[in-house]
Amino acid sequence: MDAVYGRQATTRDLIMESTLLSLLIWLPIFGGGLLILLGNERVTTARWVGLAISILVFVMSLSLWTGFDSSTHLMQFVEKSTWISQFNIHYHLGVDGISMPLIILTTFTTILVIGAGWEVIKKRPAHYIAAFLMMEGLIIGVFSSLDAILFYAFWEASLIPMLLIVGIWGGDNRVYAAIKFFLYTFLGSVFMLVSLIYMYNKGGSFSILDMHNLSLSATEQAWIFWAFFMAFAVKVPMFPVHTWLPDAHVQAPTGGSVILAAIMLKMGGYGFFRFSLPITPDASLQFSEVIIILSLIAIVYIGFVALVQRDMKKLIAYSSISHMGFVTLGVFALFLAYQPDNPEGALLGLEGAMVQMISHGFISAAMFLVVGVLYDRLHSREISTYGGVINSMPKFTGFAVLFAMANAGLPGTSGFVGEFMVILGAVQANIWYAVLAATTLIVGAAYTLWMVKRVFWGKITNPAVATLSDINTREFFILAILALAVLMMGLYPQPVIDAIHTSVNHLLQQALTSKL
Amino acid sequence: MNTFQFDTSSLLLAMPEIFLLSAIVVILLLDLFLTKPFKQVTYYLTQISLFITGILAFNLIGHPETIIFSNSFVLDDMASVFKVFMMGAAMVAMVYSRHYLTQHSLFQGEYFVLVMLSILGMMVMVSGYSLLTLYLGLEILSLSLYTLIAIARNRANAVEAALKYFVLGAIASGLLLYGMSMVYGISGSLNISEIATFANSATLASRETLILNFGLVFLVIGIAFKLGAVPFHMWVPDVYQGAPTSVTMFISTVPKLAAVAMLVRLLIDGLGAMQPYWSDLFMVLAVLSIALGSVVALMQTNIKRMLAYSTISHIGFVLLGFATGVISGYGAAVFYILVYVLMSLAAFGVIILLNKKGFEADSISDYKGLSSHSPWFALVMLAIMLSMAGVPPFIGFYAKLFILQQVISAGMLTVAIIAVVFAVISAYYYLQIIKSMYFEDADNDKAVVSAPMDMQLVLSINAILILVVGIFPDFWMKLALSLF
Repeated sequence: MDAVYGRQATTRDLIMESTLLSLLIWLPIFGGGLLILLGNERVTTARWVGLAISILVFVMSLSLWTGFDSSTHLMQFVEKSTWISQFNIHYHLGVDGISMPLIILTTFTTILVIGAGWEVIKKRPAHYIAAFLMMEGLIIGVFSSLDAILFYAFWEASLIPMLLIVGIWGGDNRVYAAIKFFLYTFLGSVFMLVSLIYMYNKGGSFSILDMHNLSLSATEQAWIFWAFFMAFAVKVPMFPVHTWLPDAHVQAPTGGSVILAAIMLKMGGYGFFRFSLPITPDASLQFSEVIIILSLIAIVYIGFVALVQRDMKKLIAYSSISHMGFVTLGVFALFLAYQPDNPEGALLGLEGAMVQMISHGFISAAMFLVVGVLYDRLHSREISTYGGVINSMPKFTGFAVLFAMANAGLPGTSGFVGEFMVILGAVQANIWYAVLAATTLIVGAAYTLWMVKRVFWGKITNPAVATLSDINTREFFILAILALAVLMMGLYPQPVIDAIHTSVNHLLQQALTSKL
Repeated sequence: MNTFQFDTSSLLLAMPEIFLLSAIVVILLLDLFLTKPFKQVTYYLTQISLFITGILAFNLIGHPETIIFSNSFVLDDMASVFKVFMMGAAMVAMVYSRHYLTQHSLFQGEYFVLVMLSILGMMVMVSGYSLLTLYLGLEILSLSLYTLIAIARNRANAVEAALKYFVLGAIASGLLLYGMSMVYGISGSLNISEIATFANSATLASRETLILNFGLVFLVIGIAFKLGAVPFHMWVPDVYQGAPTSVTMFISTVPKLAAVAMLVRLLIDGLGAMQPYWSDLFMVLAVLSIALGSVVALMQTNIKRMLAYSTISHIGFVLLGFATGVISGYGAAVFYILVYVLMSLAAFGVIILLNKKGFEADSISDYKGLSSHSPWFALVMLAIMLSMAGVPPFIGFYAKLFILQQVISAGMLTVAIIAVVFAVISAYYYLQIIKSMYFEDADNDKAVVSAPMDMQLVLSINAILILVVGIFPDFWMKLALSLF
């Protein structure tokens, strides 16, 4: 305990240490339940209760950061008790450097989402907030579960609020998008379930950490690898199973898009970190080139697809897929980049993937919020509706341009750090991979800046744009907080890298140790 | 042949059955004398009788396995636990039925008497330890159900359903009886344990094995008919759709428990030695049921028909558990059927809840916009549908997990993959209901809930159980496993 806190541990610390993760998971879930019972009549109460819970959860999650011991890769804040003794299933929670930042990203984003939907959501506002709170709890559960079935339960359960968010509060074609989203991700996940059960039958344990040490033959690893791939690639999403994402994003309400891009996609990346690499290292090595090529297709081809979009949300959705390609590239390039005398390259790629996930969380959230602000005013996401927005919304344009720059990977913003690290890692793997990946700096800049040009600069072509009111204090705050996060990550990413370093390094060793 | 032994102390072990039979006789007579304003008395007496029968059965849990009445009746934990669950499910079903019957002017004393009679038949099936007792129980059950379906005698489709069920049920009984006669003919005994001894003996001539195998095939077909497994499922959708909804609910729940019990008695207790043979048959039936049930349900617009196909697919999962041929697999199957009964009761409960005078809420479009005027029951239906689709944290997921674990552990990975793929396909039609309730606006106010408080309360508890047992499934899994 002393080592963890660097000071004398008090009883309060001990209690916090052993229940903090449970509180983070169940407080928002029960809070959401409370809001459902409260009903949609008392709107103001619901909003404030929702905001209070999300802020409380965020503040509590910060003690994960402050109490975190970054010198070890071991799980911290561990809770373990028997859940289903029949199958040796435990309620087992814990975080390491890979999951901890993602949990804080989740709690952080939830506040913004509740803030962003404040006056905008007229239809069943209390249920809207409840859905996001429950979502928050479930996703924290995903990132902190150390038992495979517990993980799977949270993983699947998080589909339910998202299904409802898209289906109830979404656009005109919301039903199609919601059901497509649900079925795609559900189909991907069931194969993961089968392989988890397979490993349980082999090793007698559903503990993820035990699975890391389970010895598997090459064939078994190959099957399990692809089963995991189905689950995680759909979530990331990777080319060619990405098609649900533009639909879901376009139809989802702003908050839904933000959570989807900023957090749900990270569940896929997290899966590669937590399951694929350590459980099937040999298969990961064997198939790494396939995954790299799919990642490069995502980065380059989807980048070009983004270029031709007329709908802002679609553009950002495709840009999301392209940027998430860096995550899978960074993860799987490590096998090619690794040289025994110079392990830095592989580590850089893997850390870059992690940083890219966090940074993309901020930037995609910001971009969708920017579109949301415009949509709230003119109820259009078509780029052609706008033009010259800077004339009527100067403050807003300032933020929008900053986020666009970050999306394009401008140095000094968080977007640059992750991509740069991944590209550096990829250089060691194969220079051509790096060159191809680096083209995103051009294509990404092209589609982002072109959108900025057509929406914000130039003359006002649509008279409605002239009457737009600039962002209010609430919107200003939300965007300012995100701008701060993007800049801090961009200018001084060291604290994040320090926090993840030991765990990522340990993961690298696991991935490089053959199980055969 | 041994002579019939009768020991008065063994009557105590059949106390639940004896009590229920007496109650049926009393209620049947009493009902004749009740004038219209007092008809409700029958309902309350039924509930009380079922409750007391349940208590009597509950008290027998933990009693060491005893075979009484000249080896024709067995009392073990499986029998008692199944009886308790049957009473519980039947009581819930009666709460839901009462609302339906009053809404559709079908409230008659005979309804409750017939239900109790069919339950008596099921109890005999659960405890049957000779081929004759099992058959007797099955016929008491079936004859009561035929009549129950036809109770709405001025509805053409109800009469059609009853006739269909009667004809096909008679064929099924005939096939079962045919199989039983072969088994009896070759083994020379009606008694389950003697059949088991015969089938287990190492000195079976090839001719004897052949006839036993033939008998086995007919037994499996008979059971598959009763459970509604593909390809013996043809009656299921028509009967489900045609019968009054309260009867559909009853058919789709409690008798499934009895059919599973009969399966256990005949094939596991009796012909356990032939397990490799019937396992293979079950495997084929299970895969076909899961596949056809999932795919055909996609095209249904009538929710009762959709649930019929969904039942077929659930039965496939149950058979998959039995196909593994290991004790824990049987436990998984029993756990699944208990979970299925819980979910199915709730699903039909919601359908009945939305019934109004002369209006059956059985089209999927009737659920449009339910979430806006009745958010709680929309949430209830959401939980039921997701549970049926196998989405955690609802109980249906753990039932599927348990089955899949057993199937994979038995080395049948391909079958497990087929099962999960079809589970995803079936998720689509469960989503259709959710879509109607949440994503679409109501055409008019036809779905407003007007059910009495007791029904709303029981239905809410039923749905909450789907979640709570889902979060804490440990006890129920252990219970299901302890029965073998």
